[in-house]
Amino acid sequence: MSERNHNPLDLVQIRAKLDSDAGQRFWRGLEELAGTQNCADSLDHEFPRDPAKEPREPGALSRRDVLKLMSASAAFAGLTACTKLPTEKIVPYVTPPEEIIPGKPLYYASTMPFGGFGAGVVVESHMGRPTKIEGNPDHPASLGAADLFAQASVLTLYDPDRSKVVISSGRIGSWSDFLAVADQARQKHLANKGAGLRILTETISSPTLADQLRTVLAQFPMAKWHQYEPCGRDTVREGARLAFGEYVNTYYRLDRADVILSLDANFLCYGPGAVRYARDFSDRRRITGPDSTMNRLYVVESMLTSTGATADHRLRLRSSAVEALARSVAIGLGVQGIALVGARPNVPADWIPALLRDLQAHRGASLVIAGEQQPPAVHGLAHAINDALGNVGKTVVYTAPVEAAPCDQMQSLRDLVADIEAGHVETLVILGSNPLYTAPPDLDFGSKLLKVPLRIHLGLYDNETAQYCHWHIPEAHYLESWGDARAYDGTASIIQPLIAPLYDGKSAHELVALLLGHSGALPHDIVRDYWLGQKLVKEEAFEAAWESWLEKGVIPGTAFPPKPLNSGVAAAHISPGAQPNNSGSLEIGFRPDPSIWDGRFANNGWLQELPKPFTKLTWDNVALVSPRTAERQKLANEDVVELRYAGRSVRAPVFVMPGHADDSVTVHLGFGRRRAGAIGTGVGFDAYAIRPSNTPWIGTGLEISKTGERYHLVTTQVHHAIRQDGHEVEEESVTAEKRGLMRVATLAEFRQNPSFAADPEEEKSRDLTLYPNYPYNGYAWGISIDLNSCIGCNACVIACQSENNISVVGKTEVDAARDMQWLRVDTYYHGDLDDPSAYNEVVMCMQCENAPCELVCPVGATVHSPEGLNEMIYNRCVGTRYCSNNCPYKVRRFNFKLYSDWTTPSLYGLRNPNVTVRSRGVMEKCTYCIQRINAKKIQAELEDRQVRDGEIVTACQQTCPTQAIVFGNINDPNSRVAKLKGQSRDYSLLLDLNTRPRTTYLAKLRNPNPEIKE
Amino acid sequence: MNGLEHKGPEGHVEMESGSPFLGPGYTIGSVSDKISSIVLTRGTRRGWWLGFAIAFALFMMLNYAIAELLAVGVGIWGVNIPVAWGFAIVNFVWWIGIGHAGTLISAFLLLMRQKWRTSINRFAEAMTLFAVACAGMFPLLHLGRPWLFYWLFPYPDTMGTWPQFRSPLVWDVFAVSTYATVSLLFWFVGLIPDLATLRDRAKKRIAQMVYGTLAMGWRGSATHWRRYETASLLLAGLATPLVVSVHTVVSFDFTVAMVPGWHSTIFPPYFVAGAIYSGFAMVLTLAIPLRKYYHLEDFVTLRHLDNMAKILLATGLIVAYGYMMETFMAFYSGSAYDRYMIMNRMTGPYWPLYWILILCNIVIPQATLWFPRVRRSALALFVVSLVVQMGMWLERFIIVVTSLHRDFVPSSWNMYYPTRWDWMTFFGSIGLFLTLFYLFIRYLPMISIFEMRELVHKTAEGEGGT
Repeated sequence: MSERNHNPLDLVQIRAKLDSDAGQRFWRGLEELAGTQNCADSLDHEFPRDPAKEPREPGALSRRDVLKLMSASAAFAGLTACTKLPTEKIVPYVTPPEEIIPGKPLYYASTMPFGGFGAGVVVESHMGRPTKIEGNPDHPASLGAADLFAQASVLTLYDPDRSKVVISSGRIGSWSDFLAVADQARQKHLANKGAGLRILTETISSPTLADQLRTVLAQFPMAKWHQYEPCGRDTVREGARLAFGEYVNTYYRLDRADVILSLDANFLCYGPGAVRYARDFSDRRRITGPDSTMNRLYVVESMLTSTGATADHRLRLRSSAVEALARSVAIGLGVQGIALVGARPNVPADWIPALLRDLQAHRGASLVIAGEQQPPAVHGLAHAINDALGNVGKTVVYTAPVEAAPCDQMQSLRDLVADIEAGHVETLVILGSNPLYTAPPDLDFGSKLLKVPLRIHLGLYDNETAQYCHWHIPEAHYLESWGDARAYDGTASIIQPLIAPLYDGKSAHELVALLLGHSGALPHDIVRDYWLGQKLVKEEAFEAAWESWLEKGVIPGTAFPPKPLNSGVAAAHISPGAQPNNSGSLEIGFRPDPSIWDGRFANNGWLQELPKPFTKLTWDNVALVSPRTAERQKLANEDVVELRYAGRSVRAPVFVMPGHADDSVTVHLGFGRRRAGAIGTGVGFDAYAIRPSNTPWIGTGLEISKTGERYHLVTTQVHHAIRQDGHEVEEESVTAEKRGLMRVATLAEFRQNPSFAADPEEEKSRDLTLYPNYPYNGYAWGISIDLNSCIGCNACVIACQSENNISVVGKTEVDAARDMQWLRVDTYYHGDLDDPSAYNEVVMCMQCENAPCELVCPVGATVHSPEGLNEMIYNRCVGTRYCSNNCPYKVRRFNFKLYSDWTTPSLYGLRNPNVTVRSRGVMEKCTYCIQRINAKKIQAELEDRQVRDGEIVTACQQTCPTQAIVFGNINDPNSRVAKLKGQSRDYSLLLDLNTRPRTTYLAKLRNPNPEIKE
Repeated sequence: MNGLEHKGPEGHVEMESGSPFLGPGYTIGSVSDKISSIVLTRGTRRGWWLGFAIAFALFMMLNYAIAELLAVGVGIWGVNIPVAWGFAIVNFVWWIGIGHAGTLISAFLLLMRQKWRTSINRFAEAMTLFAVACAGMFPLLHLGRPWLFYWLFPYPDTMGTWPQFRSPLVWDVFAVSTYATVSLLFWFVGLIPDLATLRDRAKKRIAQMVYGTLAMGWRGSATHWRRYETASLLLAGLATPLVVSVHTVVSFDFTVAMVPGWHSTIFPPYFVAGAIYSGFAMVLTLAIPLRKYYHLEDFVTLRHLDNMAKILLATGLIVAYGYMMETFMAFYSGSAYDRYMIMNRMTGPYWPLYWILILCNIVIPQATLWFPRVRRSALALFVVSLVVQMGMWLERFIIVVTSLHRDFVPSSWNMYYPTRWDWMTFFGSIGLFLTLFYLFIRYLPMISIFEMRELVHKTAEGEGGT
């Protein structure tokens, strides 16, 4: 084109053209004849401002559109369809590739690295596109379940805001240019033995990457490898070092524990072993009848967490007072050399003695877990107490550290900053982390970073750190490249890619290989060669072994053996923690956000919109305070306060959380991102801004002042506190209790009256009908949800969202009560406002046999299936929303606008092809994963048999870490679901309405210590 | 024509002996002159233009709101889960209720031989028709996919689909479309003799053509009159049950559902009474300014207003009884859901609206309309009629919104707030109604000319008889 523009007119060509047209055409000028670009341009410029061609905001209406629509609507425009279906060309396979049958997914085992630890996953792949992440049943950290982060990571893969190109000083660069730069740096550092070469990573457990990094350190002896994980496990590591004098990995055997004490540890939902712990824990709480036993959980915590809500005894206590309590427990159990420091925590008098007796009665079958936010001293105390109770080797297992290079990461970052300050750093390679956003502000990482002459960043996003680096290399998502990781017990597994890098991303392995001079090394070969070199199997058997590792998703025998600790616990060395228990002043607690963690998932719409446990907040983080503290400080929900801590301040909206410890404020990290992408940028406030490096988790001396401003927060469940007379917490919960929505008893009450959950009045209504019951001769699907197992971890919500292509609607639409999640976790409180018990209830479509929704649909868009499901026919739905009004459970969701993203191409790949992507104006709801039911039914029919029990698993059931959800055929008396529904604890929601729900619940039981009076 | 001024007590007595529904001194000719002159000779007046401009602007606002609705979706409104029905349904029930007074006046009172209806039945019927037009628009617009509204009709379809006849919304389709058809026919048939009068009196060619075409060859022969009487009686017979059935079916939209606050057997009579209540209020709202502006005090007399106010009193009492029974049954039934619902209405987040509703529908009308002085004061009645209409609109809001916003499962409770699009659509529909009404009073006789002649004749006969 540029050539043409500059060429003079080619007269010969014009003449030839005129000749060939045989003089039959008119021409306007020589340019037209020559067909030059100039001419075409000038024709365009004749009418340069054609409004139809003007670019405009997506979704905005132009004046013409408004006029068009107005004229149409005046003439009753309802007749015209307004939602355009995208035009898409399809191309059939002429020669289909092996294994791929269109419509049939393939499943591959892989591993999701998270916080340095590996979570075993199985990835569902449709036609080469990974669409859903599930847990890997063969992986010890998963046992088939996956937490919400692992499941939502598939959305990150397709995130349209991921960095797509190499960026060099803010402009698009090229990989080959970078290769030259990298090689230059390598040559320089080879010459100076690596002086000035620094590598900053997050926690690394990958044996291959660690091996590569060690090789780098060997080649460049003066180079240094720093690690910094903003929400890492420094306290756990240092606590072990306090107790044992060396780094030790600790993991727990909750399946063997009868009495558990959690010291501010949310161990069911937080930490590398949480999914496994949740499973083991709930296995000890499964009730089949009055003879069943249950473990007993004591939780001491400041903020109400899922673990605290599950506890049989929850003691709310400021995080900074937990150490004093741990010390009294240690002293009470006879641990030698423990000094009682600080004020005695304000604990009910009978609490600690009763706890001590309970622990002592279960020596070897008890367990004390310290929270990751607690200082090392508390971890040391927990080790000492477990030792004193004889739990080591039984419920507590010590092994070699899982991290490849355990260290005090905050110190590591400090060292790096000091080195930069001193001008010792010439080349800084940042692998994956985002220190510019996450580093404590007192280190002033941002301005220090700029002193480094060559800064290279590898990351999934062009984020805050990338912006400050000379080179940004797009990182390959874990579903795009090879790698490996170790789980909480040391089990290694391979990260197997499911798809070629969408944007030419590079893995950390490739970047480190560059430093080693292996510029062409492929990640697959790097990982494979490492494991080949480990000689786990004979060389000739390696190929087969490698394939079986990939297939299983686990390398067998790589779990670390229990480590004999001959020295025992050096309890005497456990000096008091850094902070004095200054009970007069306000305490601040920093925690990773339950949905978006340390901020790495800030651009993940599923996680941003996920209602956080108990508060049900979406799209924001807040300063959580207890009702009493709010009263004392004259604060109410949505008041903006200034939090001043350690010389810095940040403004945050207040949210009152029943059950939070008094005089304590909890803030969640990960929000207030400045460069996260279209979804995450600017959401919430940045709690890192006041997080000091010396007290990164808990500190006292917080000052709080009202600014007088208000900030609108959005929740999916509104709690109205009504009275504070010591009994009634809030209107919703009181009403829910009156209506029998949540049925709870203690284990003792259950033994006395096993059918406490049944209401004989309700049962009577079942057959009061003039019409004969519909006979279900084949399958009759049903679900049983065990509220005694459910911990409210939200994994099922994301599983459902991922499986069923559920839209993200954004904060304003959630505010308008139009959230789309088919499955929700309801929270109800019981008891006193300051210290209530909190209960979670998973609610999905009840698939009523007498379904109120079916009766009222004027077009028959929701109908009953012969198997008892209420089926939605999206194509038939005209959107009267009558079904939703008539649904007593309010489980139906409506596309008030076009919520599905039909325009972002990268998201096409994410969708489950077996589930319709819903359009505007259509009702939707839980289908019991009908696509999964039908896939298995077809298979069973092909094999000429009945569907086996447990063969069909719904997405929520599949991922539930505690296996609280069981789906099956209730017509088969031997099915698991039928047996569960036959239990005396079984109850239905609102059975008195005679809807006959197919989803029923098993009532929750608590196992309180009779010695402690509530 | 010295009888235009209303007389004192003597006049009152005189009216009782003659006709209380017609001023004195009218002849058959002067009645025709007076009514047809509004359309034919007086021309378009400035006041009409002003009113029409405002109404038309509101109507255009409605079109704008509908355009946005079709482009973006019902999400522009305040509806949500749990309150999936909002202003659209409130407005629908309100408008359809308003329409009922017209049918009641023209059909039911015709059958009852209530002659006083003569001077108000024409514009009351027009009001019905326009109110039904406004009402019919809402259920269609409120659909998620309005362009598929015809799926609610049973029509032969290649896919073999059929409406789901158990749904009250399908019954609604039939009820409202029947109502619209019968109302239109009844109104048009009643217009034919007057259209012929206009045709005969029109001076302009276009007017002669248009009125002539619409008059369908009416010549006023005895055969015509006989057929006319038969047709209008038949149509009245058809329309009368509709007064009861349409709003009954509309109430089924609620009663068939299991939502506390909807699921109630009292709804059908209570809705019908409410409909007539709001409808008569609307007739008053329209009649009072009209008689003043066009000096029709002799045709729409104070006695008319007095009668309509009495109907307001009666239906208002029925409505009050409905509220009482609703509250009583909530407690008497022993249903915790109903009990909570009624307490929530009275003391929950929407409590001011409930008590304003009681004030508007019960307290103010009952406190004022028992006094003949109020019933015969046009201004006071006008104010009360507006109050009643607001109250009846609020009643539908309370029924739709407060029942839904807190139903069975407390975790799903939420609030409903209308958006500016909701308000624009609501006021826009009033604009549509007024636009049509302004056109009606300008181009058609707003009072039935031939029936007024009949009245003059009968009044004269009556005088002769004594």
